[in-house]
Amino acid sequence: MKHPFHLSGARWAAPVSAFALAASLTIPCLLLPLSASAGEVQPAPAATLAQQFTLKNGMTLIVKPDRRAPTAVHMVWVRVGSMDEVDGTSGVAHLLEHMMFKGTPTVKAGDFSRKVSALGGRENAFTSKDYTGYFQQIPSAKLEDVMRLEADRFANNTWTDEVFAKELEVVKEERRLRTEDKPHARLHEAMDAVIYQADPYRRPIVGWMSDLESMTADDARAFYRRWYTPTNAAVIVAGDVDVDAVRVLAEKYYGSLPVHALPQRKPRTEPEQTGLRRLDFKAPAEQAYVALAFKVPGLKPAGLPATAAAPTDATSEDALALTVLSAVLSGYDGARLPRALTLSDKPVADEAGAYYGLTARGPQLFTLYGIPAVGKTATEVEAALRAQVALVAKDGVTEAELTRVKNRWVAGEVYKQDSVFNQARLLGVSWINGFPLGADQLLLERLRKVTAAQVQSVAAKYFGDDALTVATLLPQPVDATRKPRVPAVGLRH
Amino acid sequence: MITPKFVAARAILAGAIALFGMHSVWAGIPIQHWTQPSGVRIYLVESPAIPMVDVQIDLDAGARRDPIDKPGLANLMAASTANGVRASGAGPTLDEHQLSEAWADLGASFGGSASADRMSFGLRSLTYPDLLDKAVALAARQLGEPSFPEAPWLRDRPKMIASLKEANTRPATLAGRAFSQAVYGSHPYGSETTEASLLRTNVEDLRALHAKVLRACAAQVSIVGALNRAQADALVAKLLARVPQGGCTAQPAVPEVAALAAASEVRIPFASAQAHVLVGQPGFKRNDPDFFALTVGNHILGGGGFTARLTEEVREKRGLTYSVYSYFAPGMHAGAFTIGLQTRPDQAEQALTLVREVVTKFVEEGPTEKELQAAKDNLIGGFALRIDSNKKLLDNVANIAWNGLPLDYLDTWTQQVERLTVADVRAAMARKLKPARMATVVLGAP
Repeated sequence: MKHPFHLSGARWAAPVSAFALAASLTIPCLLLPLSASAGEVQPAPAATLAQQFTLKNGMTLIVKPDRRAPTAVHMVWVRVGSMDEVDGTSGVAHLLEHMMFKGTPTVKAGDFSRKVSALGGRENAFTSKDYTGYFQQIPSAKLEDVMRLEADRFANNTWTDEVFAKELEVVKEERRLRTEDKPHARLHEAMDAVIYQADPYRRPIVGWMSDLESMTADDARAFYRRWYTPTNAAVIVAGDVDVDAVRVLAEKYYGSLPVHALPQRKPRTEPEQTGLRRLDFKAPAEQAYVALAFKVPGLKPAGLPATAAAPTDATSEDALALTVLSAVLSGYDGARLPRALTLSDKPVADEAGAYYGLTARGPQLFTLYGIPAVGKTATEVEAALRAQVALVAKDGVTEAELTRVKNRWVAGEVYKQDSVFNQARLLGVSWINGFPLGADQLLLERLRKVTAAQVQSVAAKYFGDDALTVATLLPQPVDATRKPRVPAVGLRH
Repeated sequence: MITPKFVAARAILAGAIALFGMHSVWAGIPIQHWTQPSGVRIYLVESPAIPMVDVQIDLDAGARRDPIDKPGLANLMAASTANGVRASGAGPTLDEHQLSEAWADLGASFGGSASADRMSFGLRSLTYPDLLDKAVALAARQLGEPSFPEAPWLRDRPKMIASLKEANTRPATLAGRAFSQAVYGSHPYGSETTEASLLRTNVEDLRALHAKVLRACAAQVSIVGALNRAQADALVAKLLARVPQGGCTAQPAVPEVAALAAASEVRIPFASAQAHVLVGQPGFKRNDPDFFALTVGNHILGGGGFTARLTEEVREKRGLTYSVYSYFAPGMHAGAFTIGLQTRPDQAEQALTLVREVVTKFVEEGPTEKELQAAKDNLIGGFALRIDSNKKLLDNVANIAWNGLPLDYLDTWTQQVERLTVADVRAAMARKLKPARMATVVLGAP
C-alpha cells in the first residue's frame, strides 16, 4: 500500500535502521525553513543545543535538554560491534550485550532489570556492526539511579558459566528467530560474506551458529575486558535535564571508572574487487528477490570540515551526491524506482528500492533491490534497476526532484525532534562514526548544495560491474511434510 | 542490522495510560474538546514546542463492518485514496504520481488505513502557515474527492495477492491464522483478506464504501501540535469541507465474540527452525470495568518485559526462547488474550507445558504482593514515558475520544492503578481467563 500511515501505538525499542539517510545524522535544533516558507520560521523553544564534554577519565558525555515532558533517556554507547570480532567468535559483541544484564558483585542477575522497572523505567540494548548501546527511558528525576546502575555494570559486569550457558541458548533462539526462518535475512547474511573477503563486515552481527555453539564464557569475558573502557564509550542523556547537573552526576559515576589501554584496531582492508560476483540463494518462498550491492565511498569525519564553506575532497563530494541519488531513486512514494518499476502500466516489480548509508565505521555499499512482479524474473528486475541508474547517468535529474528530496529532509529534521529517544540515538550514531557535535547541521547544508551534475556524475562513476555483487533468491516450494529442522546434538559445550 | 536484547513482542494494546500530578510542570494534560455544527467532534492538545502538527481522523468503519465476502475492504478503501483525486471546482485532477510528489514537496504526509474497529486517516505537517494551508487543502481533496481509478487498482491487486502468497510460506503467518480462527471463529475480528476476496473486490466497492462512510458528522478528529483552539477549529473545517456534512445514521450492531466452550488444540507440521506456540482465548472489551486490573495483571504475567513471570520462567530460568509475551487486545469487542513464544522444535512441548502451568497458577493464585507493588512502581512511576512525544499523546487522545473515556482520564489513570489490590487483580483475571478452555496452536514441532 502506498502512503502507509501507522496508527498503532509505537513499539518501544524500535530497531535502528542501519541504512539511515544521511540527513538522519542528528540535528538537535536545526529549523531551516523550506523554500516555500523562507523568513517565517522561528526557532522552536524546546530545541536546545546539545553539549559535549570529556570526563576526566576520557569518557565522552553528550547532553541534550528537551523540556517538553518530565522524562529522560540515558544511553551508553560503546564503540565496539561485530566488526571488532575475529573469526571463530563471531557474535560475541552481541552476546556480551546480553550478558551485561546478568549482574555485578553488587547487583545480581535479573536485578538490573527489576531495579530499572521499579524506577518506572524501560530499558533495552542493541548491537550493530559498528557499536553496542544500552539505554533506559526514565522519569527524569530517576536519572541518577540509572547512571549508578549503568556505570556499575560498565566497569564490574560479572556472571557464572552457568548463567552464560543459559543466555547463550537464548541468543541461539534469537538467531533462529531473526535469521534462520527469514529467507531475506539469510540471503543478506550470505551476501555480506560474498561482498567482503577481508573486511569484518563479512560476518553476521548475531554470529554464525557454529561460532555460537562453540562460544565460551571466557570469550565473552575477554571481549568485555578488551573493549569496555571509558575512552571507548559515550554517555548520552536527552530530555528534561539540566546540563550542569548531568555533568556533575556523570563525573561522579562515570568519571571515576578505571581506564585501560584500548587495543590497536588493526586494518583489515578489503582487497579491491575486480569483477562481478554473483550469488544464488535457495530458500522456501513464493516470491523471488534480487539485491545489487555496489562498493562506493562513504563520508568520513575528515570529509566534513568545520564550516560549510570550506572545501572538501572529491570522494566526500561523491558520497554526498550518492545520498541525493538514493533519495531521488527511492526517497518518496513516487520516486524513480517505484514509479518506473512498480507503478508503471506494466510493472516489472512488486517492490523496488535503493539505500545508501553515507556514514559508518567500515566501508559503504549502495544497494538496489527488487521483488519481481508475477510473470517477471529477477533478471528482468536487475536490468530494470540498473537501467534507472543508467538513465540518471545519461540524462541527469531535474531541479524539481532535487528540491523535493531536500525539502523532505529539512521537514524531517523538525519531525525528528518529536522523539527524545531518537534525538539521543542519533547523537550516539554520530559520535560512534567519529563526527563532532553539530556535524549533522553541516551535513545538511552540504547536502543542500549538491547539484544535478554531481548526481549525474556519481551515477555514471560507481555503477559498473567490477565492484558489484548480485544476490538472487530462488524460491523453493514449501514442503509442509518435511521434518522440522532439529539441530545436531553434541556441538554444545 | 541491529539485534536488541529483547523485542517487546507486541505493543501493549490496552491503550491510554495516564499522568498523575507528580511533577509540577506537568500537573495534567489538558484535552480541549468541542463539536462543530456539522457534528464533527474535535479533541485537541496544544503542544507548541515544535512547529509541527499531527491530526488523526477516526470513523466507525473498521474491518469489523466489512462485507463478509470482502474482508479488508475498509483498509483498501482508506489506502486507495492515494491513487488519485478527481477534478473539482478550481482543483484539477491529480493522479497518484502528482499526489505523492505534492506531498513530498510539502514535506508532509497523509494516508489512511483501517484496523478492526476504526478507519483512520492521519496528517503530519509543519505548521508554517503557508505549508500547513496547502497540506490541509490537499488532504481535504484526498479525503473528500478520491477518484479510485481502475488502472492502479488492477495493477496493484496482483501485488497484494503475491504478497499474501508469500506470507503464507511463513511460519508466523500460518500459526497466527490458525490461532485467530480458533479464538474468533466466524466473528469479523478473525476475518482475513484472501486471494478470492481480493478478486471479488473492485473499484465500485471502494467508491461505494467511501460514499457511505466519509461524513463529517461521523468523524472524530484528534490533534496534537503547535495550534491553538481557533486554528484547530479552522483546520478541521477545511479538512472536512469536501465530505458530506450530514446524513449520519445509526450503524447496525456487530455481534460479540463468543466465549470458547472448550479447549482446542491445533498441530501444524512445518519445517522451520523454530516451533511457534500460541495459547489464548477471547479477552475483554475496552469498556470492561476490569480494564485496569486486567492491564496490571497482564503486565505481571507476560506484558512487563524482562520482569514478567513468563519471561522469567521461559527465557531467564531455562533459556527456551528469545521472546515470550502475553497481551490483551480490548476493542469494541473482546479481542484475543494471547500468549506467544518461539522455540527450537524439540523444546516446544516443554515450553507449552510451562506456559500452561504459569498461566493456570497465575489465574488461581493471582500475583504476589511484591509483584503487584513492582508492577505499580513501574506503571505509575513510568507514566510520563507514555506521553512524552506528540505521537504518543496523539495515540492517547484518539483512544480517549474513540472509547468515550473522560477527558481527565490521563489525570486519573495512576490513581486507578494505585488503588488495585492483589484480590482485585486475581478476581479480574479469574473472571476473564479460563485456562481449561483455551485454544492452543503449535506449528513446527516434531
